[in-house]
Amino acid sequence: MNLLNISGSPHVHSDESTKKIMWRVNMALVPALLVAIAYFGINALLVSIISVAACVLFQWLIEKFILKVPTTVSDGSAVVTGLLLAFNVPATVDMMWIVVIGALVAIGVAKMAFGGLGKNPFNPAIVGRIFLLISFPVQMTTWPQVGGLFPMDFDVATGATPLGAFKEGALPEGVTFMDAFLGHVGGSLGEVSAIAILIGACYLLWKKIITWHIPVAFIGTAFVFSGILWLVDSTAYMDPLMTILTGGIMLGACFMATDMVTTPMAKSGQLIFGFGCGLLTIIIRNWGAYPEGVSFAILLMNCVTPLINRWCKPQRFAN
Amino acid sequence: MNAKDIIKNGLIKENPTWVLILGMCPTLATTTSAINGLSMGLATTFVLLMSNIVISLLKSVIPDKVRIPAFIVIIASFVTVVEMVMKAYLPALYDSLGLFISLIVVNCIVLGRAEAFASKNGVGHSALDGLFMGLGFTWALTLLGIVRELLGTGCFFGHSIIGGADGMLMMILPPGGFLALGFLMAWINHLRRRKVKNS
Amino acid sequence: MAKKAKSTLINMLLSLTAIALVAAAILAALNSVTQEPIAAAQKAKVENAISAVLPAFAKLDDQEVDGKTCHVAYDEQGNMVGAAIEAGNDKGFGGHLQLMVGFDADGLVTGYQILETHETPGLGAKADAWFQKDGKGSVIGSKPADGDLVVKKDGGSVDAITGSTITSRAFLSIVNDAAKTFSNITR
Repeated sequence: MNLLNISGSPHVHSDESTKKIMWRVNMALVPALLVAIAYFGINALLVSIISVAACVLFQWLIEKFILKVPTTVSDGSAVVTGLLLAFNVPATVDMMWIVVIGALVAIGVAKMAFGGLGKNPFNPAIVGRIFLLISFPVQMTTWPQVGGLFPMDFDVATGATPLGAFKEGALPEGVTFMDAFLGHVGGSLGEVSAIAILIGACYLLWKKIITWHIPVAFIGTAFVFSGILWLVDSTAYMDPLMTILTGGIMLGACFMATDMVTTPMAKSGQLIFGFGCGLLTIIIRNWGAYPEGVSFAILLMNCVTPLINRWCKPQRFAN
Repeated sequence: MNAKDIIKNGLIKENPTWVLILGMCPTLATTTSAINGLSMGLATTFVLLMSNIVISLLKSVIPDKVRIPAFIVIIASFVTVVEMVMKAYLPALYDSLGLFISLIVVNCIVLGRAEAFASKNGVGHSALDGLFMGLGFTWALTLLGIVRELLGTGCFFGHSIIGGADGMLMMILPPGGFLALGFLMAWINHLRRRKVKNS
Repeated sequence: MAKKAKSTLINMLLSLTAIALVAAAILAALNSVTQEPIAAAQKAKVENAISAVLPAFAKLDDQEVDGKTCHVAYDEQGNMVGAAIEAGNDKGFGGHLQLMVGFDADGLVTGYQILETHETPGLGAKADAWFQKDGKGSVIGSKPADGDLVVKKDGGSVDAITGSTITSRAFLSIVNDAAKTFSNITR
């Protein structure tokens, strides 16, 4: 045994690695995936598998043939991107090829073009999703109708999302808080069930992969701001509880706004980041052209992350 | 400088779009289809050719201190010529390029070549420089237009290639212009660098 | 190289004046040549739109009604067969939308052409075919005077363009507006 091992600092380090973190994030996404399969059936499973496979494949191809560097697909970050991308699209048959384009944009444009994991300024899954939303607006807003548990057929009736319906006039009849909490509403594949996302988020909090700052600031701001609007005019604006339970706020706040690479490092910066996301989401939802604004909000806040980082430097050790 | 060098400079070595990165406004704004890119390129080529010839002819009578206003008047005149002719005989094309025809006046390439080349060289060389700088701009815009049209609408010069498919809308919207330009520029720089390495 | 002109005041004045004069002369000459074709091209555009939206007619008579240009069409006997109305509003997704809407003598929509549009390509821009006779949301043959045309989402009967409700609403409101103008024209 070599007790006199001489090395530079840091001498004490935790047992964390990128690989470990990324696979734990994947673990945390499993509950939402299971709920999606329960509500949207085989389509949800296939879209997720295709999305993950495409992300991993593109990452491998780009590293092997364009960058000519050792491959890093086993770190699981491409799997996270693939899952999050799939979670952000409707579970329809069309998506089974469209999501491949999204994967190419997410991995090729948003991640590898900037130098790979750790150097990307924007969350790859969100970039992929927004590219798809703008490029295929019809397919990206055709939502499957929520039926019973485990539908197995490919052709399902289309329905509205609570947010889309609200933008057009009124909430669909009979959507209750419980529906929105459990996920029995129309929407993107992985965003429908608040409870499944919260279970995953609790796991990440327990494993100390994320901290509470961004999700709480994000959801809290959205709740308070939409609450104020609702108190001003309860017919024109959505109920604050419904606001945070529907659409992508839960998924965005817990999994996409907490991405380590594209969000501020300091706790205070993370609070600002979450606040900005929540504010922008509600602004875009209420006054923007699109019914949902979570991805745009996170992307915009990704832009200002370097500024926030400069402003709120994390404390140095032993200071 | 001989004629061969001038031709090579315009088309490849000092290509206005890929190497000098000049005239980005029309490059991004008008390349939503291959035909628009080609037309914009040719209109600019005409202006470049004519303004280079005239400025090179007049270079000894234009005093230094007023050379920029003089150049601009000359360039603007030719742009107006293009605009009026296009409006009269190609109204459909004028509708789709619209404002960007008038904006050739402020295209940096035109004034840049007037200042950097035509005001220092003879008529023959200046004409050649204007023509090939213009053609370099034209092929760049056409390539960009082809790529964006193909990805954005599934068409090649207006003819549907991928039957039934709508294409990726974003590529014919402004962000698609930036994406296509960036990736094409990266690819062309990659080719250039490989050529330098080999030689 | 020839000797360069010095930047004296007189040189500067002379050279700039001369260049400006020559440029002005050339452009003036060209303008007189192209003036007619430009006017003809613009007229042809309007005429093409009129004949595309109206049934066969022999004679046109232009009127200004409610601030809109109306091209009233007559047959050879002088009976009114319809009218093409230029109408538009700023309610489109991309801003101004200008249409040429054709009505027959009974006020039924016979056709439309888009004169100016800033709608999103692939979405709202589909309006050029969507509301035509073979389109999914055909308005041809409907009579807005009997009740405004409204998209299904707002309780009406017209299919909106998929993903472009705002454009569809703007389009229909222009058609409804044109129909009101149609009832006001002098026959």
